[in-house]
Parts: sequence; C-alpha cells; structure tokens
Amino acid sequence: MRAVLRRLIQLVVVLLCVSFFSYALMALVPGDPVFAIAGFGGTPKQMAGIRHELHLDQPFLSQYWTWLSNFFHGNLGTIYSGPTGRSAVSSQIREALPVSLQLMTYAMILTILIAIPLGVLAAYRSGTWLDKTITAGAFGSIALPDFALAIILTYWVGVKLGWLPTSGYVHPTASLSGHIKSMILPSLSLAVGQIAGYMRLLRSDMIATLQEDYILMAKSKGIPTRRILWRHALRPSSLTLLTVAGLNIGALIGGTIVIETLFRIPGMGKLLYTAILGRQIPELQSIIAVIAIGYVLVNVLVDVFYSILDPRIRDARAIA
Amino acid sequence: MLEQSPSPAVAPAGPPPATPVADAPKEKFVRPRSQRIGIGGWLAVVWLAIVLVSAVVIPMVIKDAAIPGAVSGQGILKVSGHPLGGDNAGNDMILQLAKGARSSLLVGLGAVLIGLFIGGSLGLIAGYFRGRIDTALSSFFNILLAIPQFVLAVALVSALANDSIGNNGIPVVVSAHRRLFVLIFALGIVAIPILARITRANTLQWAQREFVLAARAQGAKNRRIMVREVLPNVMPAMFSIALLGIAVAMVAEGGLSILGVGVHLPNVSWGSLISAGYPFLSTQPYLVFEPIVCLFLTVLSLNYLGDVVRARFDVRESAL
Repeated sequence: MRAVLRRLIQLVVVLLCVSFFSYALMALVPGDPVFAIAGFGGTPKQMAGIRHELHLDQPFLSQYWTWLSNFFHGNLGTIYSGPTGRSAVSSQIREALPVSLQLMTYAMILTILIAIPLGVLAAYRSGTWLDKTITAGAFGSIALPDFALAIILTYWVGVKLGWLPTSGYVHPTASLSGHIKSMILPSLSLAVGQIAGYMRLLRSDMIATLQEDYILMAKSKGIPTRRILWRHALRPSSLTLLTVAGLNIGALIGGTIVIETLFRIPGMGKLLYTAILGRQIPELQSIIAVIAIGYVLVNVLVDVFYSILDPRIRDARAIA
Repeated sequence: MLEQSPSPAVAPAGPPPATPVADAPKEKFVRPRSQRIGIGGWLAVVWLAIVLVSAVVIPMVIKDAAIPGAVSGQGILKVSGHPLGGDNAGNDMILQLAKGARSSLLVGLGAVLIGLFIGGSLGLIAGYFRGRIDTALSSFFNILLAIPQFVLAVALVSALANDSIGNNGIPVVVSAHRRLFVLIFALGIVAIPILARITRANTLQWAQREFVLAARAQGAKNRRIMVREVLPNVMPAMFSIALLGIAVAMVAEGGLSILGVGVHLPNVSWGSLISAGYPFLSTQPYLVFEPIVCLFLTVLSLNYLGDVVRARFDVRESAL
C-alpha cells in the first residue's frame, strides 16, 4: 500500500513537471509569441486581445496555473489563423488521437506477431545458420531508420508495384478494406525497427530458459517440442517482453510522428507538423503535453502489468 | 547479444583479462573470438573514415559542382564526371552527400559530446556521492526521460528555432547556422539523461571497489578519485553508448528534417536531403536513396562498433 502511495506521489510530481515543461516552451520562443501567432496585419488592439486571451499579460506562474486548470478541464487552447480566426485545439486532438492510437496498436500487433516466433525460432535453433540469419537481419533492421524504411516501402510496394496506397487515411467505418490497406505500409514501417529489439532480447532470454531443468523434465516426459516452446519456455519471458514494450513505447511515439507526416495520416504527428509550420505555439504546447502525459500513463500501466504478472514485485520497492 | 561464457552476474564488471603472471610460460595473448574487432569491425571503421574524410575534404576541394546545362535532376551515371547524378537545382550529388555528411556528423557528434560532458559529469557525481545528491539528480534524469525523446527534441527545436515575426512586423528567419546550433543543443539535452544513467550505474559499481578505498586511505580528494580512479573504468561503457548515441542523433535529425525542423538551406544534412528528395520519389528515386544508403551504412557501422566496444570491455547489459 505504501509503495502504491509513493508511486502515486511520484506520478503527480512527474505529471506536473512534464506539463510545466510543455507550458514553458512558450517562454523559450525568441521574440514576442503574439506576433508569431497573429502573423501579418494584426492591429494593436487585436494583438492586445490575443495577449490577454493567452494570459501573457500576467506573471509567468499564474499563466501556467491558468493554462493547467484549463488543460484539465478539457480546454486545450486555441488555434489562431491570422489576427481573427479561431478554432479549438481540443476538437483537433479528439480527431487525431484515435488515428495515432490505431496506427500504434497495429504496429505493436505486427511487432509481436513477427518478433515472438522469430525470437523463439532463433533461440531454439541457436548457433545454426537460421539463427545467424535472423540475428543479422535484426541487427541490420535496427540500423535502418523507420522513415527510411517507409520511403523504401513506398517506392517498391506503392510506386513500383502499385499494390498499396502511399498516403492518406481511410476511416474504418468508411471502408474497412481501405482502412487496412492504408495502414499496412505505415504500421509495417514502424514495426520493423521494433521487431529487432523484441526479438533480440527474447532470443537471449529463451536460450537461458531452454537450459533450465524443468525444460529437460518436460522433454523427458515426451511433451512435443512445439508445446514445450510455446507453453513452457515462452511464459517466463513475458516479463522481458513487457520490459521491452515499456522501453520501446517512447521510440514508437517518436516514429509515429514522423511516419504520419510521411504518409499524410491525420494523427497527432500530422497535427504536430502543421502546428510547427503554422507557429501555433499554444497548439504545440497542448499536443506535447498530451503526448507526454500519455507516455507517462502508459509507463505506469506497464508497471501495473508487472505486478500482475509477477506478484513478487508488488511488495518490492517501486520500479524505476 | 553475444554468447559469452556465463559469468556470475553479481560480480561488478571486471577489468579486461589481466596479463599472464611473469613466470608463467610465455604464451601469445589471444583475445576470445567475441572480443576481436573482426572483419566487420574493420569494414565499419573504413566506412566511417571514408565518410569523415569526404565530409571534410570534398566540400573544400570542390567548391562549385554545378552540372552544366542541368535544369532538372540528372540521373545516376547519366552525366560523365557526376556518377551519382545531380539534384533538381543542378548540384552534384556527391558534393551534396559530402556536405550532408558534414552536418549529420556535426549534429551527431555535437549532441553526444554535450551529453557525454554534462550527462557524464552528473552521472558520475550521482553515482559517486549517492544519497540525496543521487536522489535529486536521478529524479531530474527521470523527468527528462518522462517525455518521449523525439518529442522532446521536436519541442525544443521548434521553440528555440522558431521563425518569428518581429515587433515591427518583419519576419525574423532563424539563420541556418543558428538552427544547426539549436539542433545540436536540443539533441544534446535529449542525450544527457541517457548518458547520465549509464554513467551513474557504472560508477555505483566501480566506486565500491578496493582500489577506490585504497586511494581514499591515501588521502586522495573526492574529485581526484572520481576523475583518476573511477572515470577511466566507466569510460568504456560511456563510449559504447556514445557510439550508439551518435547514430541515434543522426537518425533523429533525419526525423526532424521530415517534420521541417531539421537542418535548413544553405546547410544540408542526409536527413534534409531525404526530406527534400521525397516529393520526387517516383521520378528520381536516387535523390532519396543515396542519402538513405549513407545514413544506413553509417548507423550500421556505429552500432557495430558500439557492440565491439561493449564486448571487449565487458560492459554489462544489465547496467544499461
């Protein structure tokens, strides 16, 4: 119970720091942010209006506090188009976030579907040419940036062969097959770099597990190899896989941002891109805060899963 | 993960194998297979040397490599004297790639040096003094790590290198060199907690050893022990992570270029070449594929050498 409480306090502190960082970005912008936001042609009165709306005429900490309370009430700021145009950031994020989450989920599923069998196979056949090929392939795929893979796939599968669309997004309710087609290349680009990370750790983990006595016991009982591998040997590696998942989420988020921009998928990455292009600093703050908070919460979730999978951790000191 | 003879996991990372005792029969010391640099390692060194030399020399020797009469891009092996073709502005691609190597290497090395210097010092202090200093510094690292690294970089770069509009309504464009500096700085900040954590973990182990105690007994000051006794032993771990870090920073710069916040003209990087060539993927794929190959081979080489260093100095994976 004390560990949980400690973890909660830690969580609140981290969330406050992360949100403060997101807000403080405004202060890092050189020059007057109001001019950057309003662009050309704003009258002094309009400028003063924007300044007041953004609470920039108040002391910094009170600005932050107002922003934070607005943020948690779901008011994520305003997008300014010229001196007069206004639209809400929250509605944009509400549309973009599910798209990004879909893409990340697909990438994750692909990763697990490919990495686990490969890792098990490489461990079972460790030392053979098959293992060496898989390991070398993994090493190479780590060195290939996701955006480079995305471009290669776009060229060969999209342009040369013309099998799949190279950009755009189809909502699943509009056309399920179109949705799947539009997501294959982006999620594959994201998955390949991740697969290597999962596979390499799973492989070394499994090699150790396969030396265990209980595996020998299972073998001597005549349990088929397939069953030993999948039921007996894989289970203890679930913690390792969870650890890798936790470590890789950050890279996955970063990758998603770039991949969405390349494939013109209207997710958080695309939103971030347009916010940067349009110098929409309030929008930028909210997007970064949402991503960072989401990331922190996912990490907490990973910790919770840990303690479900391994009861010993529940009583130990909080992880990390 | 390289297979090594299983050694007790509790023992701290030991120094490289000691030289044989004097009266033992003279045997030529042969490094275990896993610790040799090997042909792959030498290939990696050669490639990195080529990149480094051409990054320095080619832009100095060839000042202006405009392809005569070129309006649109000329393909590979189409124009004599320009084997890699030219871009749409009629620039020779070899020169562009060499200039790209310059910026990419500058970003990678600069960011890692910042990370090594600041992160390394903080990690050394945290791991050496432990207690409250460690708690404070470690929570600082954890907060920096609570934001996905790429997102942190995007946030910093887009805030610090924001083309703004001055108070007189005239656009203030961030100069290309300032942008390059901001990129290095931002990626350096991202690298700080990563290098700090690895340095801290290794310092924790080494600072417990007898020779540190011996130095202290001889009256050595903390600073001297840290720099002269602990640091040299922690270096291999820092160095192997730094090699990977250079690669990661170069790739991150590529991602930032795709988002439009990477290196800007007149500077070019491999990332900005990829991003600039992407719209012409279907007609002039070589514009994109040439920098991708350069980036891939460089990242591959750095990763490989990082692994060689790790295997040779027996850096514990668990300490990562």
